[in-house]
Amino acid sequence: MRHNTDVIIIGAGPVGLFAVFELGLLNLQCHLVDNLDKIGGQCSELYPDKPIYDIPSRPKVTGQELTEGLMQQAKPFNPIFHLGQQAEKIEKKNGNFWDLTTSHGTKITAKCIVIAAGAGSFVPRKPPIENIDKFENKNVFFSIKDKSKFKDKKILIAGGGDSALDWTNELSSIAKVTLMHRRKEFRAAPESVSKMQKLEKEKKINFLLGQIVSISETIGEVLEVGYKNENIVSTVKTDFLLPFYGLKMELGPIANWSLNLNENRISVDTEKFETSVPSIFAIGDINYYPGKLKLILSGFHEATLMAQKCFSYCYPDKKNIFRYTTTSKDLHKKLGV
Amino acid sequence: MGTIIVKDRQGDSHKLIAEPGYKIMEIIRDAGLEIEAACGGCCACATCHVYVSENWLNKLNKKEDEEESMLDQAFEVSDLSRLSCQIEFEEKLNGIELTLAPE
Repeated sequence: MRHNTDVIIIGAGPVGLFAVFELGLLNLQCHLVDNLDKIGGQCSELYPDKPIYDIPSRPKVTGQELTEGLMQQAKPFNPIFHLGQQAEKIEKKNGNFWDLTTSHGTKITAKCIVIAAGAGSFVPRKPPIENIDKFENKNVFFSIKDKSKFKDKKILIAGGGDSALDWTNELSSIAKVTLMHRRKEFRAAPESVSKMQKLEKEKKINFLLGQIVSISETIGEVLEVGYKNENIVSTVKTDFLLPFYGLKMELGPIANWSLNLNENRISVDTEKFETSVPSIFAIGDINYYPGKLKLILSGFHEATLMAQKCFSYCYPDKKNIFRYTTTSKDLHKKLGV
Repeated sequence: MGTIIVKDRQGDSHKLIAEPGYKIMEIIRDAGLEIEAACGGCCACATCHVYVSENWLNKLNKKEDEEESMLDQAFEVSDLSRLSCQIEFEEKLNGIELTLAPE
């Protein structure tokens, strides 16, 4: 799929969503790309139910409520979301345009790119086990796209969260599943846990108590997985290993976009929040400048100033007259009020 | 004011100044040691995982269910495992010894 827009925002967290609003007020249309399959970034992935106390005028707001409010605010500007895919590659085209390609092959062309990627994209946490990379996507999978390859195979699932339990339950009907976890309690939803326990009782799945410590290959692409419980190491053989230890955040492909970095964050100026590459901006937790504080409210301010500069890239011949949403009839029209 | 002793992943020990009322994670992060603490300390990830020296374990408050549950996302969890964002430094922990868990 190919799309054209004014601004591509990488990251659909609170700061990316507020950028849609500020850019929208200036008539700039946005497409957003996020590796999560939902909007809200850390607010919805890490702490949907935890209250935040330092958003101006919201004495107490949860991550989820904040996301919903921002989405409502952005709605009049019809942002287009490309979720569950990572911004992979950018290329300068015809001098003034950027071509962005996502991990799903979606192509978006825009005048400006705004990186609002927080601490980076959410990717699966991989156990720190020697050699695990060697087996990845061969007989070790951190996410499942096509379950048919597991049919009638021996599967070892590790972890105690929703993904581990859901896949244990789901794959139990087509494969020989063993679930491994460090304790008998699980953080997954209670209904998935009771379903799994029922399957175990009926001997439709197997449960092992322990934590993975090693992986090696034996004859015929069968894996031998070492695991430890109470200091005793045992091994189990399996065709596939599926470790589910939640998600972590990493900068990912952005690190290779030739932007000036300060450790793992993107250096910007404090007037326009532009990176070392003109027409690429970075706002929110991902950027760095002297005095930077990683706060959502700082990201809102950064989004507002960034939008002014985006306007001049998208409409080089137009004057941007500063107006207030309280008084401008034109802005009211855009907001649908 | 007190101190905590933190062994990093290279095996080097660091003596850090610790002020009561701050979380152990915050003290380690502020000193610039390699601790990710991705969620910022709200017990929503497991990237501030540390091992507490055995002789200090009984001086700590017991783990809440939330912390135990979050440790499911950590690796190489042992009886000494804690999430350092859930331990507040106080006088009785002066001199506590901790080791950063592998990432």
